[in-house]
Amino acid sequence: MIGIYLITAFAIAIILFISRAKWLVYSLAGLFLLLQSAFTIYAGAHHGSSELIYFSFDSLGIILLITMSIIAVPSMIHSYIYIENHKENPQTRAIYLTSIVLLITAISAGYLSNHIAVTWIFTEITTLSASALIYHHRNKLALEGTWKYVFICAISITFIFIGILFLSLSLQHAGSDDLSFTNLLARKAELNPVWLRMAFLFIFTGFTAKLGLVPMFTAGIDAKDKAPAPAGALLATVLMNLGFVGIFRFYIVIANTPLLHWAQLVVGTAAFLSIFVSAVYMLKVKNVKRMFAYSGIEHMGIVMLGVAAGGIGYYAAVLHIILHAFVKSSLFFQYNQLYRVFQNKNIYHIGNYFKYNTTGAMVLLLGFISATAMPPSGLFVSEFLIFKSIFDQGQILLLIPVLLLLTIIIWSFGKNIFKILFVPAIGFDDSVAEKISPWESVTQFVLLVLAVYLGLNPPAVFVELLKDSVSLLPTLPV
Amino acid sequence: MIHVLLITFIITLFYMAIANRLMTYIKVLALQGVLLFFVVFIQLSEINTLNLVLILLETIVFKSLAVPIFLGYLLKRNNITREAEPFLPNFVSLVITTVIVIITILISNTIKDDNLDKIFFVVALSTLFFGLYLIATRRKIITHVMGYMVIENGVFVLSLAIGNEMPMLVNLGIMLDIFASVLILGIFLNKIGDVFKDVDVDQLSNLKDY
Repeated sequence: MIGIYLITAFAIAIILFISRAKWLVYSLAGLFLLLQSAFTIYAGAHHGSSELIYFSFDSLGIILLITMSIIAVPSMIHSYIYIENHKENPQTRAIYLTSIVLLITAISAGYLSNHIAVTWIFTEITTLSASALIYHHRNKLALEGTWKYVFICAISITFIFIGILFLSLSLQHAGSDDLSFTNLLARKAELNPVWLRMAFLFIFTGFTAKLGLVPMFTAGIDAKDKAPAPAGALLATVLMNLGFVGIFRFYIVIANTPLLHWAQLVVGTAAFLSIFVSAVYMLKVKNVKRMFAYSGIEHMGIVMLGVAAGGIGYYAAVLHIILHAFVKSSLFFQYNQLYRVFQNKNIYHIGNYFKYNTTGAMVLLLGFISATAMPPSGLFVSEFLIFKSIFDQGQILLLIPVLLLLTIIIWSFGKNIFKILFVPAIGFDDSVAEKISPWESVTQFVLLVLAVYLGLNPPAVFVELLKDSVSLLPTLPV
Repeated sequence: MIHVLLITFIITLFYMAIANRLMTYIKVLALQGVLLFFVVFIQLSEINTLNLVLILLETIVFKSLAVPIFLGYLLKRNNITREAEPFLPNFVSLVITTVIVIITILISNTIKDDNLDKIFFVVALSTLFFGLYLIATRRKIITHVMGYMVIENGVFVLSLAIGNEMPMLVNLGIMLDIFASVLILGIFLNKIGDVFKDVDVDQLSNLKDY
């Protein structure tokens, strides 16, 4: 099935690329959504099996694939609204939709791959398709953003490749050249620790460009800023999850070797620095879209702290990354309505949003509550569990500065959001403000409610999948 | 013989560190491609047609012909001045490159591993670090692309250091990586030439948080 999925998706992408008729491109986009859903259902039904040697439907892959397919639907709807509002010419529209289809396909395949080189190839394809999305507006700033994204991602991809080379060197001592995660895990005792360390450092650094963690986080911020918001929502959520998959699958291998403590240190340091960086930028950021992007870095920092802390932290990390995807994508979808009202993304020039678009303002408010992990947000549960796992590890000295930094982030996030919602913008002529239909916010509400539901009252299947996806990790002594 | 080639490769790095003109960089990149081809050719234990074609494609056609010609075309098309404009004087560059090579020799001496060819490892790591250094210290965007190509060459040598038992998949991966990166780097460099008057890193600082 995955072969059929990939071939059909690429075929749809190619036809999209050459077709110019409006009805055709939109029906192809709809067809792709159908294909994506069918594939997700198929993957869910074939839990545990593998296909085409390099792909397996394991719990982590399935759970992220479902997240992805759920977000793909509103993403297409908002892309439609975006394209129609901007009256894009047929060529731009075709390129945009082709890139979205390729991006979603590559991310889906990347989630399910059980071979590190295959994950790497699909990560590379996401760079290609994402760069076309970032360059959508074809102006000077878009070009700058694209250039930075492409260049940093190219270097990161090379880093991952170097990591894979070191990994194969590490594996040579075990007399094997199969780089699948299953094989690595099976031969964990025979892996050469020196090369494994090098491999982990390079692979981790490489994937941080996608995950949005220190040190390679910068490119992602520019990318999410310049890409159209419906595409930015994908970049800021499901693409980050792909980076997480790359690191997490390899982390499972290294956690089962004596290098666990060292790996925890590496991941924990990068995670803490990410939260720190995010707090610093949040204080001064005035561009709404970049603010959302920096908030994403903070969340990835928290997720990786959970991974480093272990115990219940593993479970909470996967839960957090899924809930974050729902919340952050709804904020990005909402951003376009904000821009349509004020024609500006600078917080100084927008304000009193409740007056112009009450439904949209509600989404922003709820999204803010969710993104800062205040109850009843589902993120509250996962964040609480992550802090609990850090506490269980006795890392109070880490926990206190993290909580302080989070307070700073919540304060600056709140300050900006409340300015947008309630304080009138100076010099804004509200006679030109566009009226926005409340129906456009429905998808955002659905995503936010889903995040609350999955956090507070998770269905048994969901919990099972989460538990299963972290079951290969060692349980730490508490 | 391989050692002579590899040492020549290191010398090209030194030459690049003190070169002033962009055309020199391009010529050195082409020379590196040829060197890499001979290194692989001598190292091959058995000559298998498919493998040979792949290697020829990767080194001679791609690294020595396509990329240099393309970069030269970019220089002409975008009217890029011929100076490399480093941030640091050439003498300092030379010293830093020497330090990079010495450090990699020291690092590789601490590693005891039979599967690893030391001299390959030293050359690979020095090339990697030198590529990063080149990116960090040159002002023009096109030199960043060249730095990236140097890194790619380093990765190529590294994959040789690890032995010939590379699975086909990884080999295909190298091809994909090269094609993809150069394709996008090239396209966007072309575009950047159209949009920005002078192709300089300082121009790329307009994306701000406020």
